[in-house]
Amino acid sequence: MAGLYCPVCNPKGENYMKLKTILMSTAAAGLMLGGTSVAVNSASHGMAPCEGCTDSLTVVSWGGAYQNSQVKAYSEPYAEATGVKFVWDESSNEAVAKLRAMNEAGNVTWDLVDVVASDAIRLCDEGLAMEIDADNDLADAPDGTKASEDFGDLMVSGCFVPQIVYSTTFGYRTDVADWGGKKPESICDVFDLENFPGKRSLEKRPINNMEWALICDGVAKDEVYDVLATPEGVQKALDKLGTIKDSVVWWSAGAETPQLLADGEVVMGSTYNGRLFSVIEEQKQPVAMLWDAQVFDLDGWIVPAGLPADRLARVKHFLKYATDTQRLADQAKYISYGPARKSSAPLVGKHAELGIDMAPHMPTDPNNAKNTFLYNYEWWADNRDDLDAKFQAWLAQ
Amino acid sequence: MADIRGAAVRFEKVQKSYDGENLVVKDLNLDIAPGEFLTMLGPSGSGKTTCLMMLAGFEPATHGEIFLNDKPINNVPPYKRGIGMVFQNYALFPHMSVAENLAFPLQIRKMNKTDQQAKVKRALEMVELGAFGNRRPAQLSGGQQQRVAVARALVFDPELVLMDEPLGALDKQLREQMQYEIKHIHENLGVSVVYVTHDQTEALTMSDRVAVFEDGVIQQLSPPDVLYESPKNSFVAQFIGENNKLHGKVTKIAKGVCEVTLDDGTKLKAEPVNVSAVGDPTTISLRPERVEFDNPDKLDNTVKGKILEILYLGDHLRVVMSVAGNPEFIVKVRNRGIKRPLEEGKTYSIGWSAEDCKALDFSG
Amino acid sequence: MADAAVSGTKTVLTTHDGKPLKVSLAKALRREKLRALMLIAPLLLFILLSFIMPIADMLFRSVENGIVAETLPKTVVALKNWDPASGEAPGEDVFAALHDDMKVAVAEKTHTRLGSRLNYDQPGISSLFRKSGRRIGRMKEGDYKQQFLDIDDGWGSVENWTTIKRLSPTITDSYFLASVDAERGADGIERKPENERIYILLFVRTILLSMAITVSCILLGYPIAYLLANLPVRTSNLLMILVLLPFWTSLLVRTSAWKVLLQQQGVINDVLVWIGLIDDAGRLVMINNMTGTIIAMTHILLPFMILPLFSVMKTISPSYVRAAKSMGATDWTTFWRIYFPNTVPGIGAGSILVFILAIGYYITPELVGGTSGVFISNRIAYHISSSLNWGLAAALGTILLVLVLALYWVYDRIVGIDNVKLG
Repeated sequence: MAGLYCPVCNPKGENYMKLKTILMSTAAAGLMLGGTSVAVNSASHGMAPCEGCTDSLTVVSWGGAYQNSQVKAYSEPYAEATGVKFVWDESSNEAVAKLRAMNEAGNVTWDLVDVVASDAIRLCDEGLAMEIDADNDLADAPDGTKASEDFGDLMVSGCFVPQIVYSTTFGYRTDVADWGGKKPESICDVFDLENFPGKRSLEKRPINNMEWALICDGVAKDEVYDVLATPEGVQKALDKLGTIKDSVVWWSAGAETPQLLADGEVVMGSTYNGRLFSVIEEQKQPVAMLWDAQVFDLDGWIVPAGLPADRLARVKHFLKYATDTQRLADQAKYISYGPARKSSAPLVGKHAELGIDMAPHMPTDPNNAKNTFLYNYEWWADNRDDLDAKFQAWLAQ
Repeated sequence: MADIRGAAVRFEKVQKSYDGENLVVKDLNLDIAPGEFLTMLGPSGSGKTTCLMMLAGFEPATHGEIFLNDKPINNVPPYKRGIGMVFQNYALFPHMSVAENLAFPLQIRKMNKTDQQAKVKRALEMVELGAFGNRRPAQLSGGQQQRVAVARALVFDPELVLMDEPLGALDKQLREQMQYEIKHIHENLGVSVVYVTHDQTEALTMSDRVAVFEDGVIQQLSPPDVLYESPKNSFVAQFIGENNKLHGKVTKIAKGVCEVTLDDGTKLKAEPVNVSAVGDPTTISLRPERVEFDNPDKLDNTVKGKILEILYLGDHLRVVMSVAGNPEFIVKVRNRGIKRPLEEGKTYSIGWSAEDCKALDFSG
Repeated sequence: MADAAVSGTKTVLTTHDGKPLKVSLAKALRREKLRALMLIAPLLLFILLSFIMPIADMLFRSVENGIVAETLPKTVVALKNWDPASGEAPGEDVFAALHDDMKVAVAEKTHTRLGSRLNYDQPGISSLFRKSGRRIGRMKEGDYKQQFLDIDDGWGSVENWTTIKRLSPTITDSYFLASVDAERGADGIERKPENERIYILLFVRTILLSMAITVSCILLGYPIAYLLANLPVRTSNLLMILVLLPFWTSLLVRTSAWKVLLQQQGVINDVLVWIGLIDDAGRLVMINNMTGTIIAMTHILLPFMILPLFSVMKTISPSYVRAAKSMGATDWTTFWRIYFPNTVPGIGAGSILVFILAIGYYITPELVGGTSGVFISNRIAYHISSSLNWGLAAALGTILLVLVLALYWVYDRIVGIDNVKLG
């Protein structure tokens, strides 16, 4: 049990570095095979019959394009094969609080919940999510590689089955006259009001912003969290953010930055890379990606603790199907997030509607991932409350 | 009448329309003498309240001119007209005490505090509410509120007071008492009063003159007794007091008297009011108390009638008869004890004189 | 009902059968009261379940802190003899107790939950528990202190242990202290460092902004309500639909519409630039700040001001105005002395509605308030749904409730609560 519990236990240790290596290699494989990936017929995927299972599933996700990609890649083919009825609940952004409330009331109505990794860790900490035995509960890779190895260190919590790697990064408008033809190339251009005047949008929370501020204030990447752990480091980060505070529009929903960019309200802004993809490729707005110092994060499934047997059996049956190699690769047809399995990367193909290669739009693509930053879950779990109080106090001043 | 000099109020060819299609008031000409108590009487929708509102300034006249003390006031806003007004629902300000209500018009006139208090005190005493100054209107009975409303309309000594159905919300007994009090106050103060009501008893008991409104036109403008005794047309006859209607045709006409043949062939002598020629259809109007059972042969008209019903009303008997084809013919008989008992179902001779019997315009 | 025998002032009135009249009356009324109670029972139950109990639960959560004593019962007892002022970490006895407690807690998976709770007061403590939980099974008997220190030297920190000791009682004031930007330091209660103070600022801002919103609702709503009450029915019905329109539009649609209008590249700024009132560089900032919050919230809450005002104005007889004018009052005097005082109960009712609703709003301020236009409710929502610090959320909520009640009391003293009318 204990061994399964948390693979990324030491924030600065070897596991942390390993995670990064794996992400890189996943991306490299994607690049090599991306254009020529072989489509595997999903119907040929042998599915074991589900015995003693309920015939409906309540799945919680984020709504919008992301949920749509899950519906297309996972639930529609599964429903076609099994006749199971899916009920979608768009509550992922408040999943932790709702699960806790359901748990206190003794009536958990959700079967499967999509959450970001940090929330999964918290749900696991609170005993609200069920631990998952990766090798038994999840499908092996087509070449027989065990699931635990295929997901590798991305399984950051014993309760968490990762689906995608996404990144928080910057997009900028390509038509800003004041910039005199210059284009931002480094994360530190966000802090450079002289060369790149205009409003920026940043998320209304300390995570990522503090790291970027320290990096641009001359702190080495691998020392960021050490510095941030000291009061002086926090002040240093806030001071750096303070240099652009008057030019920042703070967002709290991921859809805000794309809209602000499209309206010309801001000239650059941070958001999830998939949101920027849709602004650039689907809405054809004059916006480009600044991949520099993008911060990787994970999104995946947890199963609420204490489900009755019939519901649990159905969830496990679906989970095994929905997280297999092909399904994760299929999801990338609909949204530009990288599949969390190593074996899925070579199968990433073209966008389902636009027909463009998806591999170059993945955050893990080597061209995009020249300079990346890894979000330290453990460190933030310890310091989020404290830093958030300081950050909000700073914002309110 | 129209040439009185120094009239308190004069309506000159006033017309009023709300929608541009129908005239609510048609060509109104009316003079009101200083100190006069004039009542505008009529059914609802007859235009009387509209006239009052035009006089008060809350509705503009569509055409014509209204004069107050010989000055045209069409362009004078209501608050500069200096007219006191009593409303049907009293319109006492609920957030002020009785004394504050009364002091309000005085404050507006920037009267000093001492004078205000004296005036308010006197006004309250006039309506016998001296001890109620500190009460809120909601703490008073309907009759008390009404008195406060009257006192408030008079406290700033207006020369003209308008009253819009002021007693409509009171019960019968209180209404009669208030009629007397208002009349009394009017006589004591000598102000001109224009009083609007649909209650004919109120109009008859209080007024110097009554203007009967119907369909936007004054049907008759007369002192109450003239109105009752000599109605100018069948609407007025019908609207004022009780009235028996007999339909027929003029068969002979001379000065001061005419002969009318009723539909059943009965011939009656009547006073021609608005019939002019033989053959004119007419409705005869006859007051129930003018019909006699005693010695009917000595009177101008004698007919036979069957008693259908007798109602005992104490001071008089109300006898419903079938006369000349009219089964709702009413006779009021003074109660003189049991001298000559009448019996239901029997036929009697009744009679009346020609001057009590008015030949008016025909009304079905 | 009763044939009362009156034979002097002190005689007790009785019914025919000799019972005291009062007793009979009470008996006769009791059945009616019981029936009335039965009729309102569903409502009472509903209020109890949906209103009283959640508030009671909130009050309880704001001080409840049983988790430390429940998860670490032996450690709490052992810590009684440890003096934080000694400047040294507790001795072996405490660590032995900790080992016993942790073994049970890990089996029940409650140690990480305790870690999260303690982490609110002492950053870093949650990983201490998570890490130790993983290794507790591998511990050998004896010298637990050293073994714990080997896992993480955080166990040697006097601060960490002080926090555990301080939070040992089952009732705590730490949430309330945090709610007013204070904490319990070495020398008792002290204010937090300046860069962490936020809640008092937010409370003050919430109340000031809510007042500003209420005032702007009065200013905008009064003429509209007047029109509604005095226009012909057909026109006023149409206007009423326009007034109610915000009720029928989803909050997010309305808020998005405000963004389109108010943002710097938005419609209003575009028009102002186009007519030359401002130049392109000087576009007004009307959103993502206090102005945005006030504008959007006024729009959303306006119906709550207009409706009570309208229904009160409807009851004001037009003859009041006419009476005042007939007595010589000008239009303004009539309005100010007669009409306005009669609408005050409507203003009162509308203001209370708008103010209380405004104080609790958080979605709109979050979307259009930027950093200077957010309310205390935004922090409450954050602590409920993101940080899971429900105790702090409950304490903040309790303070907000008390503030509202206090303002209600002040209102009662100044205006009088019976001077409030919804129609």
